[in-house]
Amino acid sequence: MRVALFITCVNDTLFPGTGRAVVTLLRRLGCEVGFPRAQTCCGQMHLTTGYPREAARLARRLTDVFAGYDAVVTPSGSCAAMVREQYPRLARTAPGPSFAEAVAETAPKVHDLSEFLVDVLGVTDVGASFPHRVVYHPTCHSLRGLHLGDRPARLLRSVRGLELVPLPGAEECCGFGGTFAVKNPAVSAAMCADKVHNVMAAGAEVLCAADNSCLMHIGGALRRQRAGVRIMHLAEILAATGDDPPPGPGAGTGKGAEAGKGEGVGKGAVR
Amino acid sequence: MSGTFLGMPAFPRNAAAAVQDSQLRFNLRKATRTIRGKRAAVVGELPDWAALREAGKQIKDHTLRNLDRYLLQLEEAVTRAGGHVHWAADAAEANRIVAGLVEATGETSVVKVKSMATQEIGLNEALAERGITAYETDLAELIVQLGDDWPSHILVPAIHRNRSEIREIFRERMGEWGRPAPEDLSDDPRALAEAARLHLRERFLASEVAISGANFMIAETGTLVVLESEGNGRMCLTLPRTLISVVGIEKLLPAWRDLEVFLQLLPRSSTGERMNPYTSTWTGAVEGQEFHLVLLDNGRTAVLADEVGRQALRCIRCSACLNVCPVYERAGGHAYGSVYPGPIGAILTPQLRASGTVASRDRLPPSATGDLDASLPYASSLCGACFEVCPVAIDIPEVLVHLRARTPHPRAERLGMRAAGWVFDRPVRLARAQRLGGRLRRFLPRRLPGPLSAWTDTRDIPDVPAESFRDWWDRTEGGTR
Repeated sequence: MRVALFITCVNDTLFPGTGRAVVTLLRRLGCEVGFPRAQTCCGQMHLTTGYPREAARLARRLTDVFAGYDAVVTPSGSCAAMVREQYPRLARTAPGPSFAEAVAETAPKVHDLSEFLVDVLGVTDVGASFPHRVVYHPTCHSLRGLHLGDRPARLLRSVRGLELVPLPGAEECCGFGGTFAVKNPAVSAAMCADKVHNVMAAGAEVLCAADNSCLMHIGGALRRQRAGVRIMHLAEILAATGDDPPPGPGAGTGKGAEAGKGEGVGKGAVR
Repeated sequence: MSGTFLGMPAFPRNAAAAVQDSQLRFNLRKATRTIRGKRAAVVGELPDWAALREAGKQIKDHTLRNLDRYLLQLEEAVTRAGGHVHWAADAAEANRIVAGLVEATGETSVVKVKSMATQEIGLNEALAERGITAYETDLAELIVQLGDDWPSHILVPAIHRNRSEIREIFRERMGEWGRPAPEDLSDDPRALAEAARLHLRERFLASEVAISGANFMIAETGTLVVLESEGNGRMCLTLPRTLISVVGIEKLLPAWRDLEVFLQLLPRSSTGERMNPYTSTWTGAVEGQEFHLVLLDNGRTAVLADEVGRQALRCIRCSACLNVCPVYERAGGHAYGSVYPGPIGAILTPQLRASGTVASRDRLPPSATGDLDASLPYASSLCGACFEVCPVAIDIPEVLVHLRARTPHPRAERLGMRAAGWVFDRPVRLARAQRLGGRLRRFLPRRLPGPLSAWTDTRDIPDVPAESFRDWWDRTEGGTR
């Protein structure tokens, strides 16, 4: 199957380890992975901040870039929801019928990673090994936008050695919300404080989610508080195998990009 | 809407003050979580909830599309049943009509059933200007009125108060308004309710005029419907010789049988009960009581003209979206600067006020609530919990995003967004920006300047990697080298 990786601008720029993990994982499962270099950003930030014209431009670009692939996989529930839910709305108001056609063609092929694994490839055991206590935060767009349901949990439970512990108040928003985090910092921080409290109460070593933007927010607070819980994208855990070295001193601080540099794959565990 | 909120700062400032109020936070957390759990339980026990919700949505949409026809049908039915129908284009007109009707009775006081519409138009204040005292009879509204306070929730207006605060308000203020609270009043809910009961009973028996709103109006029969929990509504609706109901034009339902859907949706969504204790219905005037219906537009027709925004008019004021909203839970109702707080308020208030037919606009420049109104569509992380619980499926996040596009943006933000758009417009620009970030990453301060300090005040920023994903892909040919 010819799969295109839609990396998203946040992952491309700040969390390349997640992208490498997706590549490793999909190849291990027999997919041919392509990375169309013309991709940039889905336009979500522009749209939700109130700039639909700019968002429509970026949406136009993205639908063109990914036309012609069997499937488009992204390690972001939020950006997948943007394409599938918001693009058709943008297409209704944007001029030109060709855009609407392009959206109708491309949007349904865009899958969040766990949807692609469970629904398209039909696997829950991806051959991963990660002997740690993990708590999973279902981000709003993966929970209420894409309705991922228990797909991520099924994937995580099939990882060898992994203990999945429940997160109290799991369905509550962490307070990121894109530019909400800086436009309403007081409320955002108060929401994050409760999420951090619940993550700590869960008693896990690793906080995992399907979106690095939410993890950047919760992880930023965990790190500010020296809480000693590290963040990892779902893809990084699913890419991990027993051959991975144990997390180094850079773990949980985002230094993984350096640690993984040049080796390419399977380094998700040491972000 | 009511002049109370004029000149209020924008939402982020109000909310920043509210999150510091630990008593408020404690009260809100406890109250919203309790009611959230009750709602989830009673909604979960109905196997056809999704179908009911869809039916509620469709009935409302159908009614709104044919509002002109159904309103005339309602007017005819009410008139036929001996009631008088008045049409009010805006708050000022509605207040004038009501004050005139009260003055015609020769009375100088009225009792009120809890009503959002009369709060929206600032009726109590308008009546006070004409020397008429309005007495609130809903327990929570009484607490708010005695405390010289504002409501902070649609259903539970005193949600920001706990019971020891309520005891203090009763002990200090009840005597000024009527029968005083007992000296030894405790903060036991039963004792507080009993004090209110005795205080209010004297008021009911002495009042000749009552003012209500309505949850529903049935076009077919001309019937008005009020759902309540305390029985104060039943008292107000039946005892006084004159009844005046002020109702928004969107409260219509075509036929009596439509109530089947809404009498299931509303109580379960709002108080988390299978059925509310009191449901009163009345059609026109009855013997010994004069009935006036004031139909209120106050911006609703303008909202109806907006294809995306109009879904806000489906709202049945259940407040499920408030109870589930993480932003409301932390910021409280007052931060929204409107009688409609929470997610529904964030989409309803700016639309209603923007219509320009609001009473306050007659007196003050349009900018009086402009900053606040412009900030309301942003008072949400777009988490979608409100949409999920809404019994008439109002896609609140969709309307929020829609309104954000119509809101004036700060200059710095406009420039930032334009710059980001320029970078994302060409992959080569993005790659250059990433490389620049990678080179400068060691110089990145822990605390960012300007608007970005809002991030670093409470959160670390992630370390910028030396190499972006796309550069890694190029260098290693997709990890194969």
